[in-house]
Amino acid sequence: MSAHADSIPSLVDRRLPPITEIGAASMIAIAVGLIYNAAYLPKHAQTAVAVAILVVAAALQLANALLLSRIEDFAWFRFKQVAAWSLLAYAVIAGMIEYAFVYDHTRGTQLVILTLMLLLFMLNVPVLIAFTVARYQRV
Amino acid sequence: MSAVAQAPQAPPAAADRPQLQVVPLKGLPIVALVLLGVVVAIARDARWGLVFCHVVGGGLWTAIDLFVGFVVGPIIGRMSIPARIEFSTRFMPKMLLLMPTIVTMTLAAGFQLARQDGFLDTSNPKHAWVVASFCVVGVMAVIALAYLEPANVAVLFELKKPQPDGRVIEKLMKRFVYTAGITGVMQVATLIIMTKLVS
Repeated sequence: MSAHADSIPSLVDRRLPPITEIGAASMIAIAVGLIYNAAYLPKHAQTAVAVAILVVAAALQLANALLLSRIEDFAWFRFKQVAAWSLLAYAVIAGMIEYAFVYDHTRGTQLVILTLMLLLFMLNVPVLIAFTVARYQRV
Repeated sequence: MSAVAQAPQAPPAAADRPQLQVVPLKGLPIVALVLLGVVVAIARDARWGLVFCHVVGGGLWTAIDLFVGFVVGPIIGRMSIPARIEFSTRFMPKMLLLMPTIVTMTLAAGFQLARQDGFLDTSNPKHAWVVASFCVVGVMAVIALAYLEPANVAVLFELKKPQPDGRVIEKLMKRFVYTAGITGVMQVATLIIMTKLVS
């Protein structure tokens, strides 16, 4: 490494909000919600429990969005670039899962809850990937 | 540590590293073809197509996770930073396309097979095993999507820099190696569950 590169402090030491940890917690809630609902298919799981899990997952992602918006001197260009391409990839994956649910005659409230969970999954993963990339980029 | 001892740990100059494409574009048509095949198998309720997608995808997924987690991972962990960089530059982009495709193929086909075989029915004696497999997949999904894949992508962006930070690469590769080890352990549970389901 050059002397110039040695003089620049490493971005490893930079302190940032726990976006990854909160995102992982949201992912756990989504996984629990999907497992809970899928375990009862083709019958209906208890709506109240499923909605409660959905609300927890959504609240965690909202908290993440707020924490992210408060970060100063962040490589937003790289964040948006990575998030957009990841979103495209995960939209395809979520679309395939949604297709399977619809194909299997999942209907009504259960389909709405599962779709919203898939939507949260689709939004969460790009944020986690983009944040991990952007945190090590210089502005 | 002396300067002489530190020298081999320094990342090589950009010109000395192999050219890096974060997403190997040549592989995208193959990914599209595989995913299209899965959709067609589901739409046609084609038993052989679903079994093929699930067995081939699941076999690859399990084998790759076990191999990376228990064989490749520990080897990477003992490599020098320049060697890790050279290995990662060639290895990580392929994993970025391969793993999400294999996982989607396995899970989508597996869910349909479980439905066809009645395993999703709560009264089925093997229903608990299916739910157990959901739980294992859930744990693996959280680890892979929240920690492993972001580390994989981030290390590729670091490697594209003219002067990659060795500490960033070391930290991200450590995360990759540990999470790959955990998913490897989870795959052992998958093997037990899947063999119980078909026996």
